[in-house]
Formats: sequence, structure tokens, C-alpha cells
Amino acid sequence: MLQHKDGSVQNHQHGWEPYVDNGGTSLAIAGEDFCVIASDTRQSEGYSINTRFDPKIHKITDKIMLATTGYSADAKRLTEVIKMQTERYFYKHEKNMESHAAAQMLSVILYQKRFFPYYVFPILAGIDNEGKGCVYSYDPVGNMERVTFQVYGSASGMIQPFLDSQVGFKNQQNVDKTRLLTKEEAISIAVDSFTAATERDIYTGDYLEIYIVDANGIHREQKPLKFD
Amino acid sequence: MNGISSFEHPNSTVTADGTYKHTTSPIVTGTSVLALKYKDGVMLTADCLASYGSLARFRNVERLHPVGKNTIIGASGDMSDFQHVQNQLNGLMLSEHVTDDDQVLGTKSIYKYLSNIMYNRRSKVNPLWNKFIVAGLEDGESFLGFVDLYGTTYKSPVMATGFGAHIALPILRKYAEARCDTLTEEEAIEILDNCMRVLYYRDARSFNKIQRAKVTASGIEITAPYSLETNWDFAESIIGYGA
Amino acid sequence: MDKSILAEIVGDSNTGFKFDNALRNESLTSNGTGAPKATKTGTTIVGLIFKDGVVLGADTRATAGSIVADKNCAKIHYITPNIYCCGAGTAADTEFTTNIISSNLALHQMNSGREPRVATAMTFLKQYLFRYQGHVSAALVLGGVDSTGPHLYTVYPHGSTDKLPFVTMGSGSLAAMATFESKFKPNMERQEAIDLVQEAIESGIFNDLGSGSNVDVCVITKGKVDYLRNYAKPNERISKLKSYKFARGTTGILKESIHKFDIVVESDAMDVV
Repeated sequence: MLQHKDGSVQNHQHGWEPYVDNGGTSLAIAGEDFCVIASDTRQSEGYSINTRFDPKIHKITDKIMLATTGYSADAKRLTEVIKMQTERYFYKHEKNMESHAAAQMLSVILYQKRFFPYYVFPILAGIDNEGKGCVYSYDPVGNMERVTFQVYGSASGMIQPFLDSQVGFKNQQNVDKTRLLTKEEAISIAVDSFTAATERDIYTGDYLEIYIVDANGIHREQKPLKFD
Repeated sequence: MNGISSFEHPNSTVTADGTYKHTTSPIVTGTSVLALKYKDGVMLTADCLASYGSLARFRNVERLHPVGKNTIIGASGDMSDFQHVQNQLNGLMLSEHVTDDDQVLGTKSIYKYLSNIMYNRRSKVNPLWNKFIVAGLEDGESFLGFVDLYGTTYKSPVMATGFGAHIALPILRKYAEARCDTLTEEEAIEILDNCMRVLYYRDARSFNKIQRAKVTASGIEITAPYSLETNWDFAESIIGYGA
Repeated sequence: MDKSILAEIVGDSNTGFKFDNALRNESLTSNGTGAPKATKTGTTIVGLIFKDGVVLGADTRATAGSIVADKNCAKIHYITPNIYCCGAGTAADTEFTTNIISSNLALHQMNSGREPRVATAMTFLKQYLFRYQGHVSAALVLGGVDSTGPHLYTVYPHGSTDKLPFVTMGSGSLAAMATFESKFKPNMERQEAIDLVQEAIESGIFNDLGSGSNVDVCVITKGKVDYLRNYAKPNERISKLKSYKFARGTTGILKESIHKFDIVVESDAMDVV
């Protein structure tokens, strides 16, 4: 709506929305000295699949990955901006950006577009400066939190309670709730999250990409999910 | 007009109250573009129609546009916005040419350039109302990229815009995607022609005068417009809609 | 009749039907009060006529928004022994509409003493749906074989119909129609027809997010129906890597109280022994 000086109100000329939801799900789980990051690779619009393979996880440095969901075009631009800034940092300081610095930077980059946000739900994950697994989660306008696990995207409503139970032990008693998962446990839970979500969320499917970041570097795995 | 130069908002109309009217809906439109990768490179196809609403207004339009020596852009959506993009790309290729540094823009660079144009225009909430397929061959590798009015991009061995994304893409996925590395030119032509025929049967904005283009190691080739054989025999047996 | 008395009974409306509830729902929606989310079968359903009869096909996914509500629902509904009907749209509407028409045709058969015709089922359906002006969201593919031969119809939610040799409906209708338009031919053999229906449904399953899971097929020929439930299962679940059985003692105990019951054994006089 446009409010004119004489007080009259006119309908805004265009009803075009500059955002679309391209579906998909991403998650990250931090371990003691590693991190597991997983995403499906389906890109969709409405009831159509654009492509079965459009990776949503991107390498930022040798120790940091960025997993995204939401509006694909914004996610890709955001990734470019972060990659550019971390690269500038590298050439300026002759060292890679540490995860806590990259995390803070991502928050600032998001908030810079506070009134025309990137419609993206980012998860920054990898190894911190002490060699510990780390996960930073954000909302689209830059609110940031360091967590031990996070899931975003079209199936987050299904996977979040599952991770709360199996990674956070939030519904269990007589267990050490600060216990971090082993690498094998974390990978299994990530895979099972996606095979289950593929069953019930129409926007999640096709392929699963899993990245394991540890002291040895970045290791990638790919598994087929269902195509329906 | 209210002292605002047209430089600030090219392609926008200034209304009487000083606000701007952008393209809020496409006017003269082209329908589907289809593309696939095959053994020798990439192939794409589109019909020659530019519609004005439901009127088949311009029936001899070329929607497969060559850029440089090994890239083709297929356009659907608003044709005036497409012509604006053609202009911009011609300008880019010209400025690259006059630089005279023996560097030629490859398909990926042209795709990135076009994607940035599209994303930047959507970010001004003043989109170019198109869906483009960029096809080409670079360093011996075939390339197919998609970009639309939202700046959404993706790559895939088969793709289709508009109505083709609903009708032709299922056929392309089943008969071309898995074996695009071994697909011969004859097979590729047969699959694309079949898709265009099905689209002509079911897309009310389509036209049976089409063009096909390919990019192979020997460069770009765009066919002259041609028609497909159709069969309407079934209509004889249809009597009414009820008992 | 005195006009004022009539007005007292039917209100200001001078038509036979009233759509006050539909108008109320529209105004509630525009005020931001959404209608409750109904289960939709955002579906692929198809049908074709072959040499000896009709083949109907359907996927088995039912959705509620972006959630899969049922992974293996049956969308091919029984109408009469020689007529079946695929349904797309609101699950409850397709279910009740086909049930009501099935019931009416049973009565019609007892009344007339004749086997119901597909055209009769189609006419009942279109008259029923037209009465509700599209508010009953049932998009149907109706097929069967009667004394006049095989027949195939589509019935739209507003009550319009089509009579064609091959038809598709639902959100996957375009994907399925692409298959039919490139491969259908008249007078196919039985297995050829089933294969084509399977391919059309699978096209919907793999390309349309509203469709998924399995393929149901129903072959209707003169005097015989083969309802091939889950004819193809191209989407078996990937098995879980881990067991999620909770370890003993991890379930929280909020309070504990132990009751001792007196156990009384009563026997019935009729019990033997």
C-alpha cells in the first residue's frame, strides 16, 4: 500500500514477491574433534523438481563448511560473499579465518541486509581453533548461536525432535546429557534423519551429501535417497 | 517527468504521482525451451511463437540466440525483456572483442554474467520476466545452466522451462538423463522432436514451427524453422462428452 | 403461498440452494481464520481404453500440505461390480462422493433390474458435483465396462465431464499425460495397456511432488475386474542404520505409587471344568 501526502491510500503497483522457497533440509552435528554436516540435494519450486542434484553445502575454508536452506538464489549469493570475504582475509593476514571469526562475520553479513534479508537459514560448521567440533546456527537476519547440533529446512519440524532425543538426550533420564556422539553415531543419526524425512516430507529427497570435517581434513560421502 | 531522469530507472515507467511501475506481468511471451546433453555436446529447441496473451501474435520469432562461438541462450517469458538481455550480451561480447586480448568468454562466464543480471534485477524488485537456458561447450565439456526471474540457478543434464517443465521434463528425465553420455545426435533429435510434439498437443501457447540448435566441437548450428508431423485421427472417434 | 411466510422459512433467498456456509468460510478465510487443513490426494490418476476394456491407475500418496499423510492409500474406489473410479482432490470428498454414487447406483440397479451403466454413474456424479458448485473438491477418473462396452470419463469438481480414449487427473496429470501422448495407441493388448498405465503413474510419482510411493492398477473387462493393489512398488524404504530402542532406565519416572490388588477368581457356571 502507498500512503500519499493527501492521505489517500493506493494499492501498491506490483504484487510480485522477490522470494521463493526451494525446499530441502540441512543439518550439522558437532563431535569432540569432528563435525558432521549433511544436506539433501533436491532443488524444487512448488510441486516441481528443478534438479535432483544442487548441493546446498559449500566449503568455506579447509576447516569450515556452510550448509544452507531456503531461497536458493540468496543462499548461493550469500555463499559467494562469505567465500570472497574469507579469501580476502587469507591474503590480508596470510592465514585462514578461524571458525569463530567466520561465524561472527556471517552474522554481520546477514544483519547488513536486515530490511531486505537473505531468505536463508545458514548453518556454519567445522572445527574451531582448539580443534573441537563446532556448529553455529543463524536466523535469516543474523541472530547467531553456537550449538552442538542444528537442523533447518523443509523437514526441520520432523528432524529437530529426533535430534533433541538422540543427540541432545533431552527426553532421557540417567544419561550424561553433555556427552558428545562418536563419529559413527553422528553419521548414522544424520543418515537415518534424512531417510526418515524423505518418507514424510515431499521437499526432501533425491541424494544425501554428508561431509565429515576433522583433523584429517574434509571427507565427503554421497548416498541416494528416494526420487518420489 | 517530475525531474527524475530515466537514467535512474531504465525500463521503468514513471507514473503521474512519481512512483514507478515496473514489469508486473509479461506481455509478449514465448513458451517452453527444452535442452539436453548428448554424446557430442548440447542440443536445445524452442518454437517460433511470441504470444500476446492468448493471441498468437508473432509467428516467426527466434528464441534460440547465439552468444559468441560456442554458447546459445534459449529464452522463454517476456520477449521485450529477452531483447534487452540480447542487447546487454551483445554489448558485453563487443567490449570483450575490442579488448583484443585473445581471451574469449566461455559458456560458464556468460551463464554467470546472465545469472548476475537476473539476480540483481530481482534484488531491485524489478525483475526481467524470463526463464533462460544457457547451453554450450567449454574445454570439451558440455554445459547446461538454468536461470529465471528470481535469479534461481541450477545445472542439469536435461532441462525445460515453462509448460515444458511439466510436460517435457518427465520424458527427458526418463529417456535422456541417465544415458546422455552415449546419446547419439539422431536419438537426441528424436527425443526433443517428440517432446515438442507432445507440447504442441497440450500447450495452448505453443506452435508447430520450431527451431533446434546444437553446440558441438565444430561450433554452433541452428536449424531453419521446421514443422513436426502430427496425428489427429483420434478426434474422429470422439463424440460428445457424456453418454 | 403468502410471500412473507415463505420468506420466514427460506429467508431472502429465492433460489433452491443456499451457499451461506461457503460464503461464511470465504469471509473467515479473508479475515485470516484459515479453514482446517484437509488431507488432499495431490495425486496422479489415469485411465485408458484398450482392446478388451478399461485400465485405471493411481499413485498412493496422500498429503497434508508438504507432509505425506498416507504413504499407501487406495485412490481407486469401488462404484459397482463393473465400474471403478479414481479420485483426486480432497480425500474426504472423493471418498464420500464415490460412496454416495455407489450406494445410489445399487438402489438404481435394484429398481431397474439392470446392470448399471458407466454413463449413469457419470451422470449421477456430475449432477451431484454441479449441485455443490465446485465446493466438493473431487476430480475423478471414472471407468467401467457395461452392456454397451467399455467407457472412460473424467469428472471435474464443477460437474463438467470428458469422454476420451485416455485421460489423466491430479497434480501429476501433466507428467502422466506426456507418457500417454507419446505412447498411446488404440486397441492395445492387455499387458501393453497395463505397462503404459504403470509408466504414466510412475512419471507422476517421480516428477510431481504431490504424487509418490506405489502404483495401483485396476483392469476392468467384460464380466471381470482385476484390482491390482500395489501392482508396482518402485519406492521401498531405505532401511535404518541404527536401532532407536531406549536403554532401560532412560524413561523418566515422575512419581511412583504401588497399589496392591486383591486377586479374586470368579468362574462362570457355564464354564466346563
